[in-house]
Amino acid sequence: MSTGALYNDQGGAEAAVEAGQESTPTSSGSGAAFGLFSADFKKNEDLKEMLESSKESLKLEAMKRIVGLIAKGKNASELFPAVVKNVASKNIELKKLVYVYLVRYAEEQQDLALLSISTFQRALKDPNQFIRASALRVLSSIRVPIIVPIMMLAIKEAAADLSPYVRKTSAHAIQKLFSLDADQKEQLIEVIEKLLKDKSTLVAGSVVMAFEEVCPDRIDLIHKNYRKLCNLLVDVEEWGQVVIISMLTRYARTQFTSPWKEGAMFDENNEKAFYESDSEEKKGHTEEKPYIMDPDHRLLLRNTKPLLQSRNTAVVMSVAQLYWHLAPKHEVSIVTKSLVRLLRSHREVQYIVLQNIATMSIQRKGMFEPFMKSFYVRSTDATHIKTLKLEILTNLANEANISTILREFQTYVKSQDKAFAAATIQAIGRCATNISEVTDTCLNGLVLLLSNRDETVVAESVVVIKKLLQTQPTQHSEIIKHMAKLFDNITVPMARASILWLIGEYCERVPKIAPDVLRKMAKSFTAEEDIVKLQTVNLAAKLYLTNSKQTKLLTQYILNLGKYDQNYDIRDRTRFIRQLIVPSEKSGALNKYARRILLAPKPAPVLESSFKDRDRFQLGTLSHSLNSKATGYQELSDWPAVAPDQSVRNVEIIEAVKEWTPTVGKTKQPKSDDKFYSDDEDEKEEEGSDSSGSEDSSSSSSEGLFMYFTMQMFSSCLAAKYHFPRQPCLYQPSMVAVQVILSNSSDHSLEEIHIGDRSPASLSIHCFNTIERLEPEASVTVSMGIDFSDSTQAANFQLCTKEDQFSVSIQPAVGELLMPSSMTEQDFCKEQGKLQGMNETSATITMETANASSQAISKQVLSVANVGVVSSSQNNFSRFAGRTVSSGALVLVSLELKESSTALLTINTEKTVMASMLLRDIKQALTQA
Amino acid sequence: MIHSLFLINHSGDIFLEKHWKSVISRSVCDYFFEVKEKAVDPENVPPVLQTPHHYLISIYRGKLFFLSVVQTEVPPLFVIEFLHRVADTFQDYFGECSEGVIKDNLVTVYELLEEMLDNGFPLATESNVLKEMIRPPNILRSVVNTLTGGSNVGDTLPTGQLSNVPWRRAGVKYTNNEAYFDVVEEIDAILDKSGTTVFAEIQGVVEACVRLTGMPDLTLSFMNPRLLDDMSFHPCVRFKRWESERVLSFIPPDGNFTLMTYHVSSQNLVAIPVYVKQNINFFETGSCGRLDITIGPKQNMGKTVEGLMVTIHMPKVVLSANLTATQGNYTYDLTTKVLVWDIGKLNPQKLPNLRGSLSMQAGAPKPEENPSLNIDLKIQQLAISGLKVSRLDMYGEKYKPFKGVKYLTKAGKFQRLSLSFL
Repeated sequence: MSTGALYNDQGGAEAAVEAGQESTPTSSGSGAAFGLFSADFKKNEDLKEMLESSKESLKLEAMKRIVGLIAKGKNASELFPAVVKNVASKNIELKKLVYVYLVRYAEEQQDLALLSISTFQRALKDPNQFIRASALRVLSSIRVPIIVPIMMLAIKEAAADLSPYVRKTSAHAIQKLFSLDADQKEQLIEVIEKLLKDKSTLVAGSVVMAFEEVCPDRIDLIHKNYRKLCNLLVDVEEWGQVVIISMLTRYARTQFTSPWKEGAMFDENNEKAFYESDSEEKKGHTEEKPYIMDPDHRLLLRNTKPLLQSRNTAVVMSVAQLYWHLAPKHEVSIVTKSLVRLLRSHREVQYIVLQNIATMSIQRKGMFEPFMKSFYVRSTDATHIKTLKLEILTNLANEANISTILREFQTYVKSQDKAFAAATIQAIGRCATNISEVTDTCLNGLVLLLSNRDETVVAESVVVIKKLLQTQPTQHSEIIKHMAKLFDNITVPMARASILWLIGEYCERVPKIAPDVLRKMAKSFTAEEDIVKLQTVNLAAKLYLTNSKQTKLLTQYILNLGKYDQNYDIRDRTRFIRQLIVPSEKSGALNKYARRILLAPKPAPVLESSFKDRDRFQLGTLSHSLNSKATGYQELSDWPAVAPDQSVRNVEIIEAVKEWTPTVGKTKQPKSDDKFYSDDEDEKEEEGSDSSGSEDSSSSSSEGLFMYFTMQMFSSCLAAKYHFPRQPCLYQPSMVAVQVILSNSSDHSLEEIHIGDRSPASLSIHCFNTIERLEPEASVTVSMGIDFSDSTQAANFQLCTKEDQFSVSIQPAVGELLMPSSMTEQDFCKEQGKLQGMNETSATITMETANASSQAISKQVLSVANVGVVSSSQNNFSRFAGRTVSSGALVLVSLELKESSTALLTINTEKTVMASMLLRDIKQALTQA
Repeated sequence: MIHSLFLINHSGDIFLEKHWKSVISRSVCDYFFEVKEKAVDPENVPPVLQTPHHYLISIYRGKLFFLSVVQTEVPPLFVIEFLHRVADTFQDYFGECSEGVIKDNLVTVYELLEEMLDNGFPLATESNVLKEMIRPPNILRSVVNTLTGGSNVGDTLPTGQLSNVPWRRAGVKYTNNEAYFDVVEEIDAILDKSGTTVFAEIQGVVEACVRLTGMPDLTLSFMNPRLLDDMSFHPCVRFKRWESERVLSFIPPDGNFTLMTYHVSSQNLVAIPVYVKQNINFFETGSCGRLDITIGPKQNMGKTVEGLMVTIHMPKVVLSANLTATQGNYTYDLTTKVLVWDIGKLNPQKLPNLRGSLSMQAGAPKPEENPSLNIDLKIQQLAISGLKVSRLDMYGEKYKPFKGVKYLTKAGKFQRLSLSFL
């Protein structure tokens, strides 16, 4: 390799790297490219220097060249340490390129890759949603098993992020983590479950994709989200639509009863009416309930229909397959037009669509018959497209249109693409067997083709004629004679073999010709292909049985030749035939039956479509395309005989959750219901007391693990509600995040809403940016951070508008001053051991029986305190761990179940005051059902 | 879903690879090369292939293979559609999608691919969103960038990705607000030997070029929407509105895009704008043949037929052609055996004619079938189906739509007919 020499000349450490890279063979066209590469390598030495320089532009230049190397498939792993240093760069393009590099090589350089992790962890807390998302994207793309726990935590946090874009990214990260470590499945399913509830169209496609990859069998997770997914579908981005539609197809097949039954039943009943007595018929009717489509089933069909007009061919195809698999038979044909439209698209799209149409057209000719002309072959089509079109035309052929189709076929036979001409002849053969009216016409046409100049055409015709003659051999001895005459000119082995077989099979019809053909074959036997030799042996045997006088010697001769053939199949066959037909002492009882064995009437071959059995695969899938089961293919189940419970899909509407649908930095008109709700309250409150700043802690509702405290602060015009989103505060880790929804209930717009004085003065609050203007009836969500210094003392501050100010007080529940901390059971016990004595508070409680399961306990505890569940190996122990937000002191909660629903509740923490308050809250939660 | 992408040029060199999951050795392409070798013509390579551990799904665009590797079940059209979207994006960014251009813009290409897929699942495929994140290269900027060390990665973040109209970027501003629509129709027809129509249909597409400030909401209505039989829309079109009122209502993407494609209902007769008299004879003896082709106008609604071109794939035995054309000129490619007659404008007073002799290989048998003719032509200012746009309204923006907001749509600008005379 001259390249090697070149590198050695330049010397340096790079040479070794380069030698390794040349494993990919460079072929003819790379002459020019080679020059380019070598120029690159000349500069490679200084790439490291450039990366370590202080100039951004040099670094960027270096990274661009490195990415160029990666793109070409060259190895650049050498530079990892130098590159990874730039991961925290301020320059966005540089950073992006470093990310590209990291994702490519982290797997190979795991230890060094760990250096970059902290940067991403920091970025995960960035106030900018795009930075959070891209950090999660890269972090989850680094395939380093050590960071699985970090990824898990990041995914969980991102799944609860306020930004739908970040949540979307977390759905993608789920799949990445799953492929890295399948043991995380259970935890990931929990996240998926949560994300499936998401109402954002941005998230829907991605989370369904994660669902399909991680737990496609957990169909139960879909129930509650089914209707929502159906309704969101039109607004989901096109790629998500494909994934959701294919998942819903599978879902529908397990949950609804077959819409096809009715027709089938109807037919059966009709028959019964003919043969059975009236009374029995009536009974049959009463038993058979009329089919009523589940409204959810209808919802799916209705909501997918508009997508047939999508510009995305994959979406159209997926709707088509949904209708094919789910819709009542008479509705399926609405997809035809759209599928035919796809045939105008790119060659590759045509290929897939034609494959699917081929499968469909076998079962439902009527669907595509009006569009027959769209399947006419053009001379510019690629061969595989032509073959598929031919397949479809053959499937569509019937008595009415066969003459048109045959006329079309005639032009195809003359095509210069000989492989295609051969396929056409096969197709003619199929039409001839399927439609008896045209069999003779076809046969005559094919015989004419026997004098065609092209060998492949002749050969194919012979093969097809052979098959056709088998179906009705009586009248066709002329054709056989004709073929025997052509025999000398035909060289294609398959065709020769076919003629020999035909002559052997019908040797009694051509008694003069057959022995002569055998004579010729005896002469050329050794030069023939194996397949021809086998048929020669067969012919010899058959003639020996019918006309031994003329052919005995010839047969002997051929059998002798066969005995010493190189191919063992032929030797084997020869030996077998000899024993069978030539009587000798050794030959057993079979000899007597030789004639019946060899000259038994044989069933005619059935010429059928190669797409006949393709419908076992779901249409539009890779498996269908390949006609073999692809890895990860999900079978489409049969319709259930009895529909499963429909009510599983009913969703209770939880007002509170709806109210808190996060909206970020965007003023949005609240839903009208909410508006009414808050207006009402407003008036009531004003009657009660005039003083501004009065507080009313409204009912708290919990949904899953998240608990919201809402509080309303009223004035004549500005209403505010707050809740704890239980997320790490973006501004400062020691602050508790608080979300406030401000709504303007007055009739004029409010301006310059901001936070004014606060008390105690030392209170540190991260204020939201001043809201310039809030229109009447509008509301806005802002997030702020408050450092409560681990006390439940209320934070008081002034909320000011341009004209007015109101004092506001936010008092946190003790549980909200914590944040979850994840630890193992061992760590928990260890830490608990350190916090004994004064730091331990405990109480024995009697629990409501409903709360006795560990799941219920978790739910109750998490409803009052923001702590993390510690997985426990003992059933009677439930453990929770958290840290206080401000000082980071550990708070450990453990609950030991005793007999008769009593339990020992223990809290270990340095913060004794908090401990007793927390104890009270948890006790209350557990004793009340 | 999509595991890796390889870009392969005509001669079989892999010049770019990108992996979205762990790295797959490029040796996986060997299976593909094997099939490609057998297929001879790159068009004949089947788009879906199976190898022992992977599945290869490929498209062939602009003399390049886009070969993607997948490991598990996935709708093949999903991958194919995405690959075409990638090729479209390259086209959009660099003006063409060829090996040279991709190699010249390798870093931009790589950045694009990085943004378009996350873990093999499409993330951002809208060109407006992508352009916000990665700016398309242009000469001026590359000069500025080299001088100032600026970058072609957008420092603003793609807000479009978050909104309900992901196809439109925020904060669009123009001094001249304009919206152009092109209605382009294509006739596909097959005529038989005698000139009767075997098959003819019209496919149309409405291409738009919209440069409007802010968030305009447009409504485009047709004089005769009933002509439209089957259509597909850009995601921006409100389908409900179309179903009930037969108007196209949409917030347009910024720049060029395909608003809709349609099919004209088959009940309507398709007007064939030209007729062709052809006479090609091959003689049994003397190894030569005669060719005589005349083209004349038929139903062209009084418009001029332009860009007329006849392409004939001659049988292999035809060695050369000695012809005279009364208009335009002809070329005969000896290796591909393609005769191209470029006529240009059709003059009804003086019909173009091409005649002369063909010389064939000595001793070779006479071709059994006369070659078919493929015809290309254009007619400006006419939509052959008769489709007309009646009006375009704009809502949602306060500014007085500048006079420049015009619609070129009264008649189609361009038609192409491909008639193959069998």
